[in-house]
Amino acid sequence: MSAGEEALLTAAGLTKLYGARIGCVDVSLDLYAGEVLAVVGESGSGKSTLLSLLATQLRPTHGRIRYRMRDGVVRDLFALGEAERRFLLRTDWGFVHQDARLGLRMGVSAGGNVGERLMAVGWRNYGSIRGEALDWLARVEIETGRIDDLPTTFSGGMRQRLQIAKNMVTAPRLVFMDEPTGGLDVSVQARLLDLMRGLVADHGLAVVIVTHDLAVARLLSHRLIVMRHGRVIETGLTDQVLDDPREPYTQLLVSADLRG
Amino acid sequence: MDPTDTALVRVTGVAKTFVMHLRAGATLPVLREVSFEVHAGECVVLDGPSGVGKSCILKMIFGNYRIDAGSILVRQGQQWTDVARASPRDLLRLRQCVIGYISQFLRTIPRVGALEVVAQSARDHGLEAASARARAADLLGRLAIPERLWQLPPATFSGGEQQRINIARGFVAMHPVLLLDEPTASLDQKNRAAVVEFIRHRKRAGTALVGIFHDEDVKRQVADRSIDVSRFRA
Repeated sequence: MSAGEEALLTAAGLTKLYGARIGCVDVSLDLYAGEVLAVVGESGSGKSTLLSLLATQLRPTHGRIRYRMRDGVVRDLFALGEAERRFLLRTDWGFVHQDARLGLRMGVSAGGNVGERLMAVGWRNYGSIRGEALDWLARVEIETGRIDDLPTTFSGGMRQRLQIAKNMVTAPRLVFMDEPTGGLDVSVQARLLDLMRGLVADHGLAVVIVTHDLAVARLLSHRLIVMRHGRVIETGLTDQVLDDPREPYTQLLVSADLRG
Repeated sequence: MDPTDTALVRVTGVAKTFVMHLRAGATLPVLREVSFEVHAGECVVLDGPSGVGKSCILKMIFGNYRIDAGSILVRQGQQWTDVARASPRDLLRLRQCVIGYISQFLRTIPRVGALEVVAQSARDHGLEAASARARAADLLGRLAIPERLWQLPPATFSGGEQQRINIARGFVAMHPVLLLDEPTASLDQKNRAAVVEFIRHRKRAGTALVGIFHDEDVKRQVADRSIDVSRFRA
């Protein structure tokens, strides 16, 4: 690759054991700006554990993650202080959950949810916070007239778009997504996927997306990791892995995918 | 590097076997000892009966199928990259800048209009937004896609219209290597002629083309030479 282009995130030998039970074993990966990496596998494959490790919600039993901070300095994520880690989580990173209730405060208005992230990074002017919130609501196609409504009054698709707005308002460089389209109707999924594609392209976002839906992986990701029993069993360009799967388990996954 | 070397693609000793684990690990050898070169400004046609592995060769050059032996070198400026050994990121870069591929089917993206689908391909190749749109509009016009369809997502189009969007998307970017998998299969006479003209234009521009053509008439009009893929049958 072009010299001087450095990975945003590099994980080496990530292992998480829950006592005798395996979360994930010896996972190594690089992630670059503008790149979408999908992690697929069925439940219990370790894909959610991997996501939690990458997002520093869990500490690994072994292994480490290096991350290039906004100032260009590469840091060991698990050596960050708690304050530094929190700052990273609410500025440079985003996290879109399958269950919007984990990513939103349901008792706070849509505008409040978006504005909260800005206030956490020091914005104080009410007018500019509201202006920025309105701008992001419009970008994720939520009618700006809904800014004062609670997310409880939103549909499933709107809640996911609100989560995305909330995450994007601080211009993160890396967004983690855990089954973001899970449980949505197909037409609602399409709208969300289209929005996410646009954000990746326009903002040069790096994304790690965990999904069991191969159609989502195909549409959104450049590279694919297939996990089973906590291990990475196959990896490559998304179209390579899906069109020419080599491992028995990957062939099974692809053959079971109705939408091809 | 030899300055008189005009090869842009060099396939050497390539083999491909599919292992079907869901059928008790049955192996399906498809190709062996595939070797050929494609030079700037020529159109090489892959010939042979259906199922012999013609599309497979295009997919291997594009890096969509992995290979079991040999090498597939593709030239970018003065630098050769082996598609079979390139990192995923190098391969993505190569597809963006060097290797274009027009597959038989359009994989549609929900909610993105036809013009935008084509323009996006041009932007991916480095054109700025306004000229990408202009080039996209020009190609859609020449492929007789009515202007009232340009803003609509191609998912709703007929098979023939989708194929023309696919063709426009492939030709809008000026990749120096272009792979064509039956681009004229379900087109009428007029649109076939448009595609023949696109191919001739690209040959004059120094593009190296590798194609599969069902239509004998089209084949005759564009081919500089043919390779009988049967001789690579495993």
